[in-house]
Amino acid sequence: MRLAALIISFLCQKSLNKVRDTSNMNIIEMTIHELHSALKSKKLSSLEATIAILERIKAVEPKVSSFITVTPEQALASAKNADEQIASGHCNLLTGIPLAIKDIFLTEGIRTTCGSRILENFIPPYSATSWEKLRDRGAVLLGKLNQDEFAMGSSNECSAYGVTRNPWDTTCIPGGSSGGSAAAVAAGEAIATLGTDTGGSIRQPASHCGCVGLKPTYGRVSRYGVIAYASSLDQVGPMTRDVADCAAILDAIAGYDPKDSTSVNMPVPDYSASLKEGVKGLKIGLPKEYFIDGLDPDVQKTMTEAIETYRRLGAEFIDISLPHTDYAVATYYLIATAEASSNLARYDGVRFGHRAEAGNLLEMYTKSRSEGFGTEVKRRIMLGTYALSSGYYDAYYVKAQKVRTLIMNDFIKVFNDVDVMLTPVAPTPAFKIGEKINDPLQMYLSDIFTIPVNLAGTCAMSLPAGFSANGLPIGLQLIGKPFDEETILRAGYAFEQATEWHTRKASI
Amino acid sequence: MKYQPVIGLEVHVQLKTDTKIFCGCSTQFGAEPNSQTCPVCLGLPGALPVLNKKVVEFAIKAGLSTNCSITPRSIFARKNYFYPDLPKGYQISQFEDPICQHGWLDIKVEGQEPKKIGITRIHMEEDAGKLVHGELSGSGDGSGVDLNRACTPLLEVVSEPDLRTSDEAVSYLKQLHGIVTWLGICDGNMEEGSFRCDANVSVMPIGSEKLGTRAEIKNVNSFKFVKQAIEYEIQRQIDLIEDGGTVIQETRLFDPNSGKTRSMRSKEEAHDYRYFPDPDLVPLVINQEWVERSRQELPELPDKRQQRFIDELGLPLYDAEVLNGSRVLADYFEAGVAAHGNAKLVANWVMGEITRALNDSGTSIEFSPVTPSQLAELLKLVDKGTISGKIAKTVFDEMWKSGKTPGAIVEEHGLVQVSDCSAIEGIIDEIMAANAGQVEEFRGGKEKVFGFFVGQVMKASKGKANPSVVNELLINKLKG
Ligand SMILES: [Zn+2]
Repeated sequence: MRLAALIISFLCQKSLNKVRDTSNMNIIEMTIHELHSALKSKKLSSLEATIAILERIKAVEPKVSSFITVTPEQALASAKNADEQIASGHCNLLTGIPLAIKDIFLTEGIRTTCGSRILENFIPPYSATSWEKLRDRGAVLLGKLNQDEFAMGSSNECSAYGVTRNPWDTTCIPGGSSGGSAAAVAAGEAIATLGTDTGGSIRQPASHCGCVGLKPTYGRVSRYGVIAYASSLDQVGPMTRDVADCAAILDAIAGYDPKDSTSVNMPVPDYSASLKEGVKGLKIGLPKEYFIDGLDPDVQKTMTEAIETYRRLGAEFIDISLPHTDYAVATYYLIATAEASSNLARYDGVRFGHRAEAGNLLEMYTKSRSEGFGTEVKRRIMLGTYALSSGYYDAYYVKAQKVRTLIMNDFIKVFNDVDVMLTPVAPTPAFKIGEKINDPLQMYLSDIFTIPVNLAGTCAMSLPAGFSANGLPIGLQLIGKPFDEETILRAGYAFEQATEWHTRKASI
Repeated sequence: MKYQPVIGLEVHVQLKTDTKIFCGCSTQFGAEPNSQTCPVCLGLPGALPVLNKKVVEFAIKAGLSTNCSITPRSIFARKNYFYPDLPKGYQISQFEDPICQHGWLDIKVEGQEPKKIGITRIHMEEDAGKLVHGELSGSGDGSGVDLNRACTPLLEVVSEPDLRTSDEAVSYLKQLHGIVTWLGICDGNMEEGSFRCDANVSVMPIGSEKLGTRAEIKNVNSFKFVKQAIEYEIQRQIDLIEDGGTVIQETRLFDPNSGKTRSMRSKEEAHDYRYFPDPDLVPLVINQEWVERSRQELPELPDKRQQRFIDELGLPLYDAEVLNGSRVLADYFEAGVAAHGNAKLVANWVMGEITRALNDSGTSIEFSPVTPSQLAELLKLVDKGTISGKIAKTVFDEMWKSGKTPGAIVEEHGLVQVSDCSAIEGIIDEIMAANAGQVEEFRGGKEKVFGFFVGQVMKASKGKANPSVVNELLINKLKG
């Protein structure tokens, strides 16, 4: 890595302040709010913070592999730029904050692979709206994070660039598909990150890596420039060290985008403003279908304790039912794969991405795609193609859409009676690398508590709520009403204030 | 004939919007390859379509003008197939719930009663790009893809299988062509493919209730070829059946050079397009107010306008037809009538002098150097007797050339008509004196020479003498 040389060259530019000894400041564990106040009070510069984190990345990447691409040059240049902004009195909450984003977000001029071989050399000519919004607020990009190929996976084992390891136990998966985004936050390789969530891809890795992850309501954040997996389910969201940071990122990225017809044109509340209002009288639903017998005892215990904590804080609990939960996984794997089979048709070797040597057009298509896509992606393309095929369309795709409506109605009905729902995020803590990779069905079932939320289109958050006997983090899921991210953020904040789980750090 | 042909047409109408259907790129024809593209029409990862509202407005107008009902909530769907000119690997189109449904057109074929032809549906979709074969700039020989046309808006108009002859098919096509150009939503250029047609043709024994197996003939690009292709295909199918063969369901291509159709792909080779609703686009909701607003904006259709020219302006059928040859011509005529008042007179001028001058100069009516109000001004000078009808033609030519107003030209060239009796009398006297022989002839009963005298007087007055005054005075004087 040329990192050292690069850092030295930056430090040699005489316009820079002298670099101070920051080793006592523990930069790599800071939240956005902590770093912001250090930047604002000039205790730290963005450059110092960026350098510290780049060095951390260099140190732990061999063990964690959170990144597909690190961009130190751009990071140092943006940090320097941010410091000039701060010096001239322009310091908003994200100015100079070093962030990293999942490699599913298009970044102009920076390679974007989506975890796939087929996009190994793809340099996008434009940037995703959500990243542009962070960049325009002065955030510093450290690089692009590892993920399951095309966001298809629950363990990060389906990346073409190697598996990301769980910073709490490097023999375990970090979760997926935003595994790199979760691991980077947990390993001190970024102050916060962006992920995407189609069936749990933010919440499940957040839970496994002990960070906060929010999947906003479908339509709340623009999908423009985010490589599509399943268009009717994909949503962008923050992954952070605490709930306040989560609200801060959501404040920046939420809102209508005229380039995304499915983004919703309604006012965006100030998510940070209402965090501290507490949960007294909050009605929390406990869906019985989510507290099943097969639940891991550590997860069960964590949920019981979380419920106790909320009770102490003044929340009320109501037993509820989401009767169509059992059908969610099957429904998801029909709708998501159907959409994916069509979304991934553009990777044909004609205009961009991998193109195989071939004698004719058909061979070019088949070879490019055979070589470019991994096993799981191929499996889902085939599943989806089948579900849309003439003769099967009504039995599979149309039926799945009907069940999706039933699942949505379950949620609508329940939200007449409760403000939020509390559930586990995943049935177990992080499992071992290799444990489920040859059993797709078992793998798919690790998303049973997160998938229904995507089908219903509503918002949900995962936040640290405890640890397994083996020292692996366990998250709890708060599910909110559509476009009511405020309430789950407020409930999450209250929980965080009453507990210490989020302050524990992985020792890597 | 023992067989009854059954024909249905699918027409692709390229819409004349400034920008593409799902992005802001220009739709201008003939630009440098791939210069009018963006992440959306290139089908780049992460790019999303945003519907151009103008396309919806054009579709509604097409629907209202073909007696369709407008679907209150219509859906965009993906039509999936691989081809290098199709950047996303699917075409955004409409499948279930297209924007317009259940319409019809009246067609007229000579010697037949008018006939109603059903329109099943009209839907919006994006066009694909274009493959370029041969030498490519900078990279030698090969095949290239030009995506300038990708994402250009199209309407597909699907008729019911109500057509029975090639003449009916051509009549239907002409009617539809007239409507979309009249509405100003399509330039109607068939050579450039702005209006192209696929024909579904089958035959069944006369009296049968069961339709025969149909062949779909692709991309027939002129009215003439449509007629040829359909007639060839009908005969081919009849011959096949007569010879004991069976027609198979297939797609056939028309070859304009041979006038024949040939097989392109059979039903077994046909794509399974795996249509499903496009999750990137929300359902298109069109409320009644929007439909009504569009209805208000609709120009009067040719049929109705023609009838109005007959009923309200008193024009003969022939004039009404000619003047409705295009919307701009009819607009020109009506503007002239509004400024002048005499519809028949204006019609004569538009169909006569104006059309001649346009043809001579190769100009189209929208670029006529003589505006309708200038024409009316000229005709008013004739009405007032300021100039004669004959002089008016001279003035018109000068207006066409110089762009000056008729008043200015008449003034400048001293063309004001002479109606002063004493001045004309003087001229008559001179001419009668110089042509005593002819005067005798007239008085001897040879009234034909009257015309000779009129001509001489007009010539002597350089055409400025008021002809009716000349006539009256001449009669009196010649009769002595
Ligand atoms: Zn474009």
